[in-house]
Amino acid sequence: MTSRSSRLREKAEVLDASALDRALTRIAHEILERNGGAKDVTFVGLRTRGVTLAQRLAAKIAAIDGTTLPVGALDITLYRDDLNLRGAPVVRATDIPFSIKDKTVVLVDDVLFTGRTIRAALDALIDLGRPKMIQLAILVDRGHRELPIRPDYIGKNLPTSRREAVAVRLTEHDGEDRVVIGEPEEA
Amino acid sequence: MGWTRKDLLTIRELEPAEILTLIDTAASLEEIAGREIKKVPALRGKTVVNLFYENSTRTRTSFEIAGKWLSADVINFAASGSSAAKGESFVDTARNIAAMSPNVVVVRHSSSGAPALLARELSCAIVNAGDGAHEHPTQALLDLLTIRNKKGHFEGLSVAIVGDIAHSRVARSNIHGMKKLGMTVTVAGPPTLIPPYAQELGCKVSYRLEDAIRDVDVIMMLRLQQERMHAGLIPSLREYSRYWGLTLDRLAAHARPDVLIMHPGPVNRGVELSPEVADGPYSVILDQVAKGVAVRMAVLLLLAGGRSGEEK
Repeated sequence: MTSRSSRLREKAEVLDASALDRALTRIAHEILERNGGAKDVTFVGLRTRGVTLAQRLAAKIAAIDGTTLPVGALDITLYRDDLNLRGAPVVRATDIPFSIKDKTVVLVDDVLFTGRTIRAALDALIDLGRPKMIQLAILVDRGHRELPIRPDYIGKNLPTSRREAVAVRLTEHDGEDRVVIGEPEEA
Repeated sequence: MGWTRKDLLTIRELEPAEILTLIDTAASLEEIAGREIKKVPALRGKTVVNLFYENSTRTRTSFEIAGKWLSADVINFAASGSSAAKGESFVDTARNIAAMSPNVVVVRHSSSGAPALLARELSCAIVNAGDGAHEHPTQALLDLLTIRNKKGHFEGLSVAIVGDIAHSRVARSNIHGMKKLGMTVTVAGPPTLIPPYAQELGCKVSYRLEDAIRDVDVIMMLRLQQERMHAGLIPSLREYSRYWGLTLDRLAAHARPDVLIMHPGPVNRGVELSPEVADGPYSVILDQVAKGVAVRMAVLLLLAGGRSGEEK
Protein backbone atom coordinates (compact mmCIF):
# COMPACT_ATOMS: atom_id res chain seq x y z
CA MET A 1 0.00 0.00 0.00
CA THR A 2 1.46 3.28 -1.00
CA SER A 3 1.04 6.41 1.01
CA ARG A 4 0.40 9.10 -1.50
CA SER A 5 -0.88 11.91 0.62
CA SER A 6 -1.09 15.06 -1.42
CA ARG A 7 0.12 17.25 1.42
CA LEU A 8 3.64 16.05 1.78
CA ARG A 9 6.49 17.93 3.37
CA GLU A 10 9.33 16.84 1.18
CA LYS A 11 12.41 15.59 3.04
CA ALA A 12 14.60 14.23 0.31
CA GLU A 13 14.69 13.28 -3.34
CA VAL A 14 15.32 9.58 -3.68
CA LEU A 15 15.46 9.28 -7.46
CA ASP A 16 15.68 12.00 -10.07
CA ALA A 17 14.49 11.59 -13.65
CA SER A 18 17.65 9.98 -14.97
CA ALA A 19 18.08 7.68 -11.95
CA LEU A 20 14.46 6.58 -12.34
CA ASP A 21 15.02 5.86 -16.02
CA ARG A 22 18.23 3.92 -15.29
CA ALA A 23 16.43 1.83 -12.68
CA LEU A 24 13.74 0.90 -15.21
CA THR A 25 16.35 0.07 -17.85
CA ARG A 26 18.09 -2.23 -15.38
CA ILE A 27 14.82 -3.93 -14.44
CA ALA A 28 13.99 -4.45 -18.13
CA HIS A 29 17.36 -6.17 -18.62
CA GLU A 30 16.85 -8.28 -15.50
CA ILE A 31 13.40 -9.40 -16.72
CA LEU A 32 14.94 -10.54 -20.02
CA GLU A 33 17.82 -12.23 -18.27
CA ARG A 34 15.70 -14.04 -15.69
CA ASN A 35 13.20 -15.28 -18.27
CA GLY A 36 15.72 -16.12 -20.98
CA GLY A 37 14.20 -13.54 -23.33
CA ALA A 38 10.74 -12.04 -23.69
CA LYS A 39 8.84 -15.13 -24.81
CA ASP A 40 5.49 -15.57 -23.02
CA VAL A 41 6.15 -12.60 -20.74
CA THR A 42 3.24 -10.22 -20.12
CA PHE A 43 2.98 -7.10 -17.99
CA VAL A 44 0.18 -6.27 -15.59
CA GLY A 45 0.40 -2.91 -13.87
CA LEU A 46 -1.50 -1.93 -10.76
CA ARG A 47 -3.59 1.16 -11.21
CA THR A 48 -2.59 3.90 -11.57
CA ARG A 49 1.17 4.41 -11.58
CA GLY A 50 2.00 0.72 -11.84
CA VAL A 51 0.33 0.72 -15.26
CA THR A 52 2.48 3.61 -16.43
CA LEU A 53 5.62 1.90 -15.14
CA ALA A 54 4.59 -1.34 -16.87
CA GLN A 55 4.16 0.54 -20.15
CA ARG A 56 7.62 2.04 -19.77
CA LEU A 57 9.16 -1.36 -19.03
CA ALA A 58 7.42 -2.80 -22.11
CA ALA A 59 8.80 0.07 -24.21
CA LYS A 60 12.32 -0.60 -22.88
CA ILE A 61 12.05 -4.29 -23.69
CA ALA A 62 10.79 -3.42 -27.18
CA ALA A 63 13.87 -1.21 -27.62
CA ILE A 64 16.29 -3.85 -26.32
CA ASP A 65 14.77 -7.02 -27.69
CA GLY A 66 12.42 -5.89 -30.45
CA THR A 67 9.51 -7.75 -28.82
CA THR A 68 6.32 -5.83 -28.03
CA LEU A 69 4.88 -7.31 -24.85
CA PRO A 70 1.22 -6.82 -23.89
CA VAL A 71 0.44 -4.55 -20.94
CA GLY A 72 -2.72 -4.90 -18.83
CA ALA A 73 -4.15 -2.79 -16.04
CA LEU A 74 -5.38 -4.29 -12.79
CA ASP A 75 -7.59 -2.60 -10.20
CA ILE A 76 -7.55 -4.43 -6.89
CA THR A 77 -10.31 -2.53 -5.08
CA LEU A 78 -12.68 -5.51 -5.15
CA TYR A 79 -10.03 -7.70 -3.54
CA ARG A 80 -8.86 -5.41 -0.73
CA ASP A 81 -8.79 -6.86 2.77
CA ASP A 82 -9.72 -3.50 4.27
CA LEU A 83 -12.88 -2.70 2.25
CA ASN A 84 -14.80 -2.87 5.52
CA LEU A 85 -12.60 -0.28 7.17
CA ARG A 86 -12.99 2.41 4.55
CA GLY A 87 -15.69 4.56 2.97
CA ALA A 88 -17.54 3.52 -0.17
CA PRO A 89 -15.04 1.94 -2.56
CA VAL A 90 -13.80 3.71 -5.69
CA VAL A 91 -13.49 1.11 -8.44
CA ARG A 92 -11.55 1.61 -11.63
CA ALA A 93 -11.72 -0.85 -14.48
CA THR A 94 -9.49 -3.86 -14.77
CA ASP A 95 -8.39 -4.05 -18.39
CA ILE A 96 -6.34 -7.09 -19.35
CA PRO A 97 -7.24 -7.68 -23.00
CA PHE A 98 -5.11 -10.82 -23.38
CA SER A 99 -5.02 -14.26 -21.81
CA ILE A 100 -2.60 -14.71 -18.92
CA LYS A 101 -3.03 -18.48 -18.95
CA ASP A 102 0.36 -20.23 -19.02
CA LYS A 103 2.17 -16.89 -19.30
CA THR A 104 4.79 -15.33 -17.09
CA VAL A 105 3.07 -12.30 -15.64
CA VAL A 106 5.28 -9.50 -14.39
CA LEU A 107 3.19 -7.56 -11.89
CA VAL A 108 4.31 -3.94 -11.66
CA ASP A 109 3.66 -1.38 -8.93
CA ASP A 110 5.36 1.83 -7.86
CA VAL A 111 5.89 1.31 -4.11
CA LEU A 112 5.97 -1.89 -2.08
CA PHE A 113 5.05 -1.33 1.57
CA THR A 114 2.96 -3.75 3.67
CA GLY A 115 2.45 -6.20 0.81
CA ARG A 116 -1.33 -6.21 1.20
CA THR A 117 -1.95 -4.64 -2.19
CA ILE A 118 0.16 -7.34 -3.81
CA ARG A 119 -1.71 -10.06 -1.91
CA ALA A 120 -4.96 -8.66 -3.33
CA ALA A 121 -3.41 -8.42 -6.80
CA LEU A 122 -2.33 -12.07 -6.70
CA ASP A 123 -5.88 -13.14 -5.86
CA ALA A 124 -7.30 -10.91 -8.59
CA LEU A 125 -4.86 -12.23 -11.20
CA ILE A 126 -5.47 -15.86 -10.39
CA ASP A 127 -9.24 -15.28 -10.74
CA LEU A 128 -8.54 -14.18 -14.32
CA GLY A 129 -6.66 -17.31 -15.33
CA ARG A 130 -3.77 -19.51 -14.30
CA PRO A 131 -0.46 -17.92 -15.18
CA LYS A 132 2.62 -20.12 -15.39
CA MET A 133 4.45 -17.77 -13.07
CA ILE A 134 3.95 -14.38 -11.46
CA GLN A 135 6.93 -12.12 -10.83
CA LEU A 136 6.88 -8.81 -9.01
CA ALA A 137 8.61 -5.64 -10.19
CA ILE A 138 8.64 -2.64 -7.86
CA LEU A 139 10.17 0.77 -8.33
CA VAL A 140 10.65 1.50 -4.62
CA ASP A 141 10.70 -1.08 -1.83
CA ARG A 142 10.23 0.81 1.41
CA GLY A 143 10.05 -2.16 3.78
CA HIS A 144 7.56 -2.78 6.65
CA ARG A 145 6.08 -5.93 5.14
CA GLU A 146 3.08 -7.42 6.92
CA LEU A 147 2.84 -10.47 4.63
CA PRO A 148 5.42 -12.91 3.27
CA ILE A 149 5.82 -11.16 -0.08
CA ARG A 150 9.10 -10.30 -1.79
CA PRO A 151 9.76 -8.54 -5.10
CA ASP A 152 11.76 -10.13 -7.93
CA TYR A 153 12.89 -6.81 -9.41
CA ILE A 154 13.55 -3.70 -7.34
CA GLY A 155 14.36 -0.24 -8.62
CA LYS A 156 15.49 1.11 -5.28
CA ASN A 157 15.57 -0.20 -1.73
CA LEU A 158 14.59 2.58 0.59
CA PRO A 159 14.54 2.14 4.36
CA THR A 160 11.75 4.33 5.74
CA SER A 161 9.91 4.89 8.94
CA ARG A 162 6.21 4.06 8.97
CA ARG A 163 5.38 7.71 9.45
CA GLU A 164 7.09 8.72 6.27
CA ALA A 165 5.46 8.66 2.86
CA VAL A 166 7.01 7.81 -0.47
CA ALA A 167 5.68 9.60 -3.53
CA VAL A 168 6.46 8.29 -6.99
CA ARG A 169 5.83 11.14 -9.40
CA LEU A 170 5.60 10.31 -13.09
CA THR A 171 5.41 12.70 -16.03
CA GLU A 172 2.14 11.20 -17.32
CA HIS A 173 0.36 11.97 -14.05
CA ASP A 174 2.38 14.56 -12.18
CA GLY A 175 4.34 16.40 -14.85
CA GLU A 176 7.75 15.23 -13.64
CA ASP A 177 9.76 12.05 -13.11
CA ARG A 178 11.06 11.75 -9.57
CA VAL A 179 10.65 9.87 -6.32
CA VAL A 180 10.57 11.79 -3.08
CA ILE A 181 10.31 10.87 0.56
CA GLY A 182 8.42 13.10 2.90
CA GLU A 183 6.31 13.42 5.98
CA PRO A 184 2.62 14.15 6.03
CA GLU A 185 2.13 17.78 6.87
CA GLU A 186 0.67 18.49 10.28
CA ALA A 187 -2.87 19.73 10.01
CA MET B 1 -16.90 11.98 -6.09
CA GLY B 2 -17.17 9.59 -3.17
CA TRP B 3 -20.46 7.92 -2.34
CA THR B 4 -21.88 8.82 1.08
CA ARG B 5 -25.58 7.90 1.02
CA LYS B 6 -27.08 5.09 3.04
CA ASP B 7 -29.80 4.31 0.49
CA LEU B 8 -30.62 4.64 -3.19
CA LEU B 9 -34.24 5.78 -3.30
CA THR B 10 -34.63 8.20 -6.19
CA ILE B 11 -32.69 9.78 -9.03
CA ARG B 12 -34.39 13.04 -8.18
CA GLU B 13 -32.43 13.52 -4.96
CA LEU B 14 -29.02 12.73 -6.47
CA GLU B 15 -26.44 15.30 -7.52
CA PRO B 16 -25.16 14.94 -11.10
CA ALA B 17 -21.76 13.91 -9.68
CA GLU B 18 -23.40 11.11 -7.67
CA ILE B 19 -25.15 9.81 -10.78
CA LEU B 20 -21.80 9.82 -12.57
CA THR B 21 -20.14 7.98 -9.67
CA LEU B 22 -22.74 5.21 -9.99
CA ILE B 23 -22.38 5.06 -13.78
CA ASP B 24 -18.57 5.13 -13.70
CA THR B 25 -18.47 2.40 -11.07
CA ALA B 26 -20.86 0.30 -13.17
CA ALA B 27 -18.70 0.84 -16.25
CA SER B 28 -15.66 -0.38 -14.30
CA LEU B 29 -17.53 -3.51 -13.21
CA GLU B 30 -18.84 -4.44 -16.67
CA GLU B 31 -15.67 -6.36 -17.40
CA ILE B 32 -16.60 -9.03 -14.81
CA ALA B 33 -19.40 -10.33 -17.06
CA GLY B 34 -16.79 -11.31 -19.65
CA ARG B 35 -14.63 -13.31 -17.24
CA GLU B 36 -14.43 -17.03 -17.12
CA ILE B 37 -14.93 -16.97 -13.34
CA LYS B 38 -17.57 -14.34 -12.74
CA LYS B 39 -16.97 -13.66 -9.09
CA VAL B 40 -15.06 -11.11 -7.08
CA PRO B 41 -14.82 -11.18 -3.27
CA ALA B 42 -15.86 -7.58 -2.59
CA LEU B 43 -19.09 -8.33 -0.67
CA ARG B 44 -18.03 -11.59 0.97
CA GLY B 45 -20.02 -12.08 4.16
CA LYS B 46 -22.60 -9.44 3.24
CA THR B 47 -26.27 -10.28 2.85
CA VAL B 48 -28.63 -8.82 0.25
CA VAL B 49 -32.37 -9.41 0.60
CA ASN B 50 -34.58 -9.01 -2.45
CA LEU B 51 -37.98 -7.99 -1.08
CA PHE B 52 -40.36 -8.00 -4.04
CA TYR B 53 -44.04 -7.18 -3.62
CA GLU B 54 -44.57 -6.96 -7.37
CA ASN B 55 -43.74 -9.34 -10.18
CA SER B 56 -40.40 -8.88 -11.79
CA THR B 57 -38.09 -11.08 -13.81
CA ARG B 58 -35.43 -8.76 -15.12
CA THR B 59 -34.88 -6.59 -12.09
CA ARG B 60 -34.94 -9.30 -9.45
CA THR B 61 -32.72 -11.67 -11.43
CA SER B 62 -30.39 -8.83 -12.23
CA PHE B 63 -30.00 -7.87 -8.56
CA GLU B 64 -29.54 -11.52 -7.67
CA ILE B 65 -26.78 -12.06 -10.23
CA ALA B 66 -25.16 -8.76 -9.27
CA GLY B 67 -25.07 -9.74 -5.60
CA LYS B 68 -23.74 -13.21 -6.35
CA TRP B 69 -20.98 -11.98 -8.66
CA LEU B 70 -19.85 -9.75 -5.80
CA SER B 71 -19.89 -12.79 -3.44
CA ALA B 72 -22.78 -11.52 -1.30
CA ASP B 73 -25.37 -13.96 -0.01
CA VAL B 74 -28.62 -13.15 -1.80
CA ILE B 75 -31.98 -14.11 -0.39
CA ASN B 76 -35.15 -13.72 -2.46
CA PHE B 77 -38.34 -12.89 -0.68
CA ALA B 78 -41.47 -12.80 -2.82
CA ALA B 79 -44.65 -11.51 -1.24
CA SER B 80 -46.75 -14.34 -2.57
CA GLY B 81 -46.15 -17.50 -0.60
CA SER B 82 -44.81 -15.57 2.39
CA SER B 83 -46.21 -14.19 5.60
CA ALA B 84 -47.29 -11.08 3.66
CA ALA B 85 -49.94 -13.30 2.07
CA LYS B 86 -51.12 -14.13 5.61
CA GLY B 87 -51.76 -10.48 6.32
CA GLU B 88 -48.52 -9.31 7.91
CA SER B 89 -48.02 -5.60 7.32
CA PHE B 90 -45.25 -4.31 5.08
CA VAL B 91 -43.31 -2.68 7.92
CA ASP B 92 -43.67 -5.75 10.15
CA THR B 93 -42.35 -8.02 7.42
CA ALA B 94 -39.49 -5.65 6.82
CA ARG B 95 -38.64 -5.43 10.53
CA ASN B 96 -38.56 -9.20 10.73
CA ILE B 97 -36.19 -9.34 7.80
CA ALA B 98 -34.10 -6.58 9.34
CA ALA B 99 -33.80 -8.62 12.51
CA MET B 100 -31.77 -11.09 10.46
CA SER B 101 -29.20 -8.32 9.88
CA PRO B 102 -29.00 -7.95 6.11
CA ASN B 103 -26.68 -5.29 4.73
CA VAL B 104 -28.93 -4.30 1.86
CA VAL B 105 -32.66 -4.70 1.28
CA VAL B 106 -33.78 -4.28 -2.33
CA VAL B 107 -37.47 -3.35 -2.40
CA ARG B 108 -40.08 -3.35 -5.11
CA HIS B 109 -43.57 -2.29 -4.13
CA SER B 110 -46.71 -1.09 -5.87
CA SER B 111 -46.99 1.87 -3.49
CA SER B 112 -44.94 4.95 -4.19
CA GLY B 113 -42.74 5.79 -1.21
CA ALA B 114 -42.58 2.26 0.24
CA PRO B 115 -38.75 2.14 -0.03
CA ALA B 116 -38.46 5.57 1.60
CA LEU B 117 -40.59 4.32 4.49
CA LEU B 118 -38.26 1.34 4.94
CA ALA B 119 -35.21 3.59 4.72
CA ARG B 120 -36.51 5.52 7.73
CA GLU B 121 -37.47 2.39 9.66
CA LEU B 122 -34.41 0.20 9.05
CA SER B 123 -30.73 0.86 9.60
CA CYS B 124 -29.53 -1.24 6.65
CA ALA B 125 -29.15 0.15 3.13
CA ILE B 126 -32.35 0.27 1.07
CA VAL B 127 -32.45 0.14 -2.72
CA ASN B 128 -35.58 1.17 -4.55
CA ALA B 129 -36.20 -1.42 -7.28
CA GLY B 130 -39.37 0.32 -8.42
CA ASP B 131 -42.13 1.88 -6.31
CA GLY B 132 -45.56 2.45 -7.83
CA ALA B 133 -45.53 5.16 -10.48
CA HIS B 134 -42.77 6.97 -8.59
CA GLU B 135 -39.20 5.98 -9.44
CA HIS B 136 -37.06 3.10 -10.66
CA PRO B 137 -33.56 4.49 -10.20
CA THR B 138 -31.50 1.46 -11.25
CA GLN B 139 -33.42 1.25 -14.54
CA ALA B 140 -32.61 4.90 -15.28
CA LEU B 141 -28.96 4.31 -14.39
CA LEU B 142 -28.66 1.37 -16.76
CA ASP B 143 -30.40 3.36 -19.49
CA LEU B 144 -27.94 6.20 -18.95
CA LEU B 145 -24.97 3.82 -18.99
CA THR B 146 -26.26 2.30 -22.27
CA ILE B 147 -26.63 5.76 -23.80
CA ARG B 148 -23.13 6.85 -22.76
CA ASN B 149 -21.69 3.60 -24.01
CA LYS B 150 -23.21 4.13 -27.46
CA LYS B 151 -22.97 7.92 -27.76
CA GLY B 152 -19.86 8.62 -25.70
CA HIS B 153 -21.32 11.48 -23.68
CA PHE B 154 -24.54 12.97 -22.24
CA GLU B 155 -24.36 16.73 -22.62
CA GLY B 156 -26.50 18.02 -25.47
CA LEU B 157 -28.13 14.69 -26.42
CA SER B 158 -31.85 14.69 -27.16
CA VAL B 159 -34.21 11.93 -26.12
CA ALA B 160 -37.83 11.16 -26.90
CA ILE B 161 -39.70 9.10 -24.31
CA VAL B 162 -42.85 7.68 -25.87
CA GLY B 163 -45.90 6.04 -24.38
CA ASP B 164 -47.56 5.93 -20.99
CA ILE B 165 -45.48 8.58 -19.26
CA ALA B 166 -48.02 9.21 -16.51
CA HIS B 167 -47.85 5.74 -14.99
CA SER B 168 -44.19 5.10 -15.68
CA ARG B 169 -41.60 5.13 -12.90
CA VAL B 170 -38.98 4.40 -15.56
CA ALA B 171 -39.88 7.61 -17.38
CA ARG B 172 -39.81 9.69 -14.21
CA SER B 173 -36.40 8.42 -13.06
CA ASN B 174 -34.99 8.85 -16.55
CA ILE B 175 -36.34 12.38 -16.94
CA HIS B 176 -34.69 13.42 -13.67
CA GLY B 177 -31.40 11.79 -14.62
CA MET B 178 -31.34 13.05 -18.18
CA LYS B 179 -32.14 16.63 -17.23
CA LYS B 180 -29.44 16.60 -14.54
CA LEU B 181 -26.88 15.41 -17.08
CA GLY B 182 -27.70 18.09 -19.64
CA MET B 183 -29.91 16.19 -22.06
CA THR B 184 -33.06 17.47 -23.78
CA VAL B 185 -36.14 15.35 -23.15
CA THR B 186 -39.35 15.23 -25.19
CA VAL B 187 -42.22 13.17 -23.82
CA ALA B 188 -44.83 11.95 -26.26
CA GLY B 189 -48.06 10.00 -25.98
CA PRO B 190 -51.82 10.37 -25.96
CA PRO B 191 -52.82 13.40 -23.83
CA THR B 192 -54.43 11.09 -21.24
CA LEU B 193 -51.04 9.49 -20.58
CA ILE B 194 -48.94 12.67 -20.33
CA PRO B 195 -48.60 13.82 -16.71
CA PRO B 196 -48.70 17.48 -15.66
CA TYR B 197 -45.24 17.17 -14.10
CA ALA B 198 -43.58 16.73 -17.50
CA GLN B 199 -43.54 20.42 -18.30
CA GLU B 200 -42.60 21.39 -14.74
CA LEU B 201 -39.48 19.26 -15.15
CA GLY B 202 -38.58 21.06 -18.34
CA CYS B 203 -39.63 18.41 -20.87
CA LYS B 204 -41.04 19.26 -24.25
CA VAL B 205 -44.40 17.60 -24.87
CA SER B 206 -45.47 16.17 -28.19
CA TYR B 207 -48.74 14.54 -29.17
CA ARG B 208 -47.50 13.11 -32.46
CA LEU B 209 -44.99 10.28 -32.69
CA GLU B 210 -43.61 11.54 -36.02
CA ASP B 211 -42.74 14.93 -34.50
CA ALA B 212 -41.32 13.49 -31.30
CA ILE B 213 -38.82 11.16 -32.95
CA ARG B 214 -37.53 13.65 -35.52
CA ASP B 215 -33.82 14.41 -35.05
CA VAL B 216 -33.49 12.86 -31.60
CA ASP B 217 -30.45 10.80 -30.57
CA VAL B 218 -32.42 8.29 -28.50
CA ILE B 219 -35.99 6.98 -28.63
CA MET B 220 -37.17 5.30 -25.46
CA MET B 221 -40.41 3.38 -25.95
CA LEU B 222 -42.40 2.49 -22.84
CA ARG B 223 -44.51 -0.58 -22.35
CA LEU B 224 -48.22 0.05 -22.66
CA GLN B 225 -49.79 -1.58 -19.64
CA GLN B 226 -52.87 -3.26 -20.96
CA GLU B 227 -54.93 -2.28 -17.94
CA ARG B 228 -54.77 1.36 -19.13
CA MET B 229 -57.21 0.45 -21.83
CA HIS B 230 -59.71 -0.85 -19.31
CA ALA B 231 -59.37 2.38 -17.36
CA GLY B 232 -60.57 4.24 -20.44
CA LEU B 233 -57.33 6.12 -21.02
CA ILE B 234 -56.94 4.82 -24.56
CA PRO B 235 -59.72 3.74 -26.88
CA SER B 236 -58.17 0.43 -27.98
CA LEU B 237 -54.85 -1.33 -28.32
CA ARG B 238 -55.26 -1.27 -32.07
CA GLU B 239 -55.71 2.47 -32.16
CA TYR B 240 -52.79 2.99 -29.79
CA SER B 241 -50.59 0.82 -31.92
CA ARG B 242 -51.64 2.63 -35.08
CA TYR B 243 -50.74 6.06 -33.72
CA TRP B 244 -47.94 5.26 -31.26
CA GLY B 245 -46.39 2.02 -32.46
CA LEU B 246 -42.80 2.41 -33.69
CA THR B 247 -42.41 0.66 -37.04
CA LEU B 248 -39.54 0.48 -39.51
CA ASP B 249 -41.45 2.71 -41.95
CA ARG B 250 -41.88 5.42 -39.35
CA LEU B 251 -38.27 5.18 -38.26
CA ALA B 252 -37.00 5.41 -41.83
CA ALA B 253 -39.26 8.34 -42.63
CA HIS B 254 -38.70 10.46 -39.53
CA ALA B 255 -35.77 9.37 -37.34
CA ARG B 256 -32.05 9.88 -37.69
CA PRO B 257 -30.07 6.95 -39.11
CA ASP B 258 -27.96 6.64 -35.94
CA VAL B 259 -30.85 6.78 -33.45
CA LEU B 260 -30.85 4.36 -30.51
CA ILE B 261 -34.07 2.49 -29.72
CA MET B 262 -34.48 1.62 -26.06
CA HIS B 263 -37.21 -0.17 -24.12
CA PRO B 264 -37.22 -1.08 -20.43
CA GLY B 265 -39.05 -4.36 -21.14
CA PRO B 266 -41.09 -6.43 -21.22
CA VAL B 267 -41.90 -5.51 -24.82
CA ASN B 268 -45.45 -5.81 -26.17
CA ARG B 269 -44.45 -6.81 -29.65
CA GLY B 270 -46.75 -5.30 -32.23
CA VAL B 271 -48.12 -2.74 -29.78
CA GLU B 272 -45.50 -0.12 -28.97
CA LEU B 273 -42.70 -1.72 -31.00
CA SER B 274 -42.94 -3.74 -34.18
CA PRO B 275 -40.84 -6.91 -33.99
CA GLU B 276 -38.54 -5.70 -36.79
CA VAL B 277 -37.71 -2.63 -34.72
CA ALA B 278 -37.32 -4.52 -31.43
CA ASP B 279 -34.83 -6.92 -33.04
CA GLY B 280 -33.40 -4.44 -35.51
CA PRO B 281 -30.00 -2.81 -35.74
CA TYR B 282 -31.06 0.36 -33.90
CA SER B 283 -32.29 -1.60 -30.90
CA VAL B 284 -30.11 -1.70 -27.79
CA ILE B 285 -32.71 -3.50 -25.65
CA LEU B 286 -30.44 -6.44 -24.81
CA ASP B 287 -27.50 -4.11 -24.14
CA GLN B 288 -29.75 -2.49 -21.55
CA VAL B 289 -30.31 -5.82 -19.80
CA ALA B 290 -26.58 -6.60 -19.74
CA LYS B 291 -25.79 -3.15 -18.36
CA GLY B 292 -28.43 -3.76 -15.70
CA VAL B 293 -26.23 -6.29 -13.92
CA ALA B 294 -23.25 -3.91 -13.90
CA VAL B 295 -25.38 -1.08 -12.56
CA ARG B 296 -26.80 -3.22 -9.78
CA MET B 297 -23.33 -4.42 -8.86
CA ALA B 298 -22.27 -0.80 -8.62
CA VAL B 299 -25.23 0.07 -6.40
CA LEU B 300 -24.69 -2.88 -4.06
CA LEU B 301 -20.96 -2.24 -3.90
CA LEU B 302 -21.28 1.46 -3.14
CA LEU B 303 -23.96 0.88 -0.51
CA ALA B 304 -22.51 -2.19 1.18
CA GLY B 305 -18.86 -2.27 0.12
CA GLY B 306 -17.54 0.25 2.60
CA ARG B 307 -17.58 0.49 6.35
CA SER B 308 -20.55 -1.33 7.79
CA GLY B 309 -22.58 -0.96 10.93
CA GLU B 310 -22.21 2.78 11.32
CA GLU B 311 -23.35 5.98 9.70
CA LYS B 312 -21.48 6.44 6.48
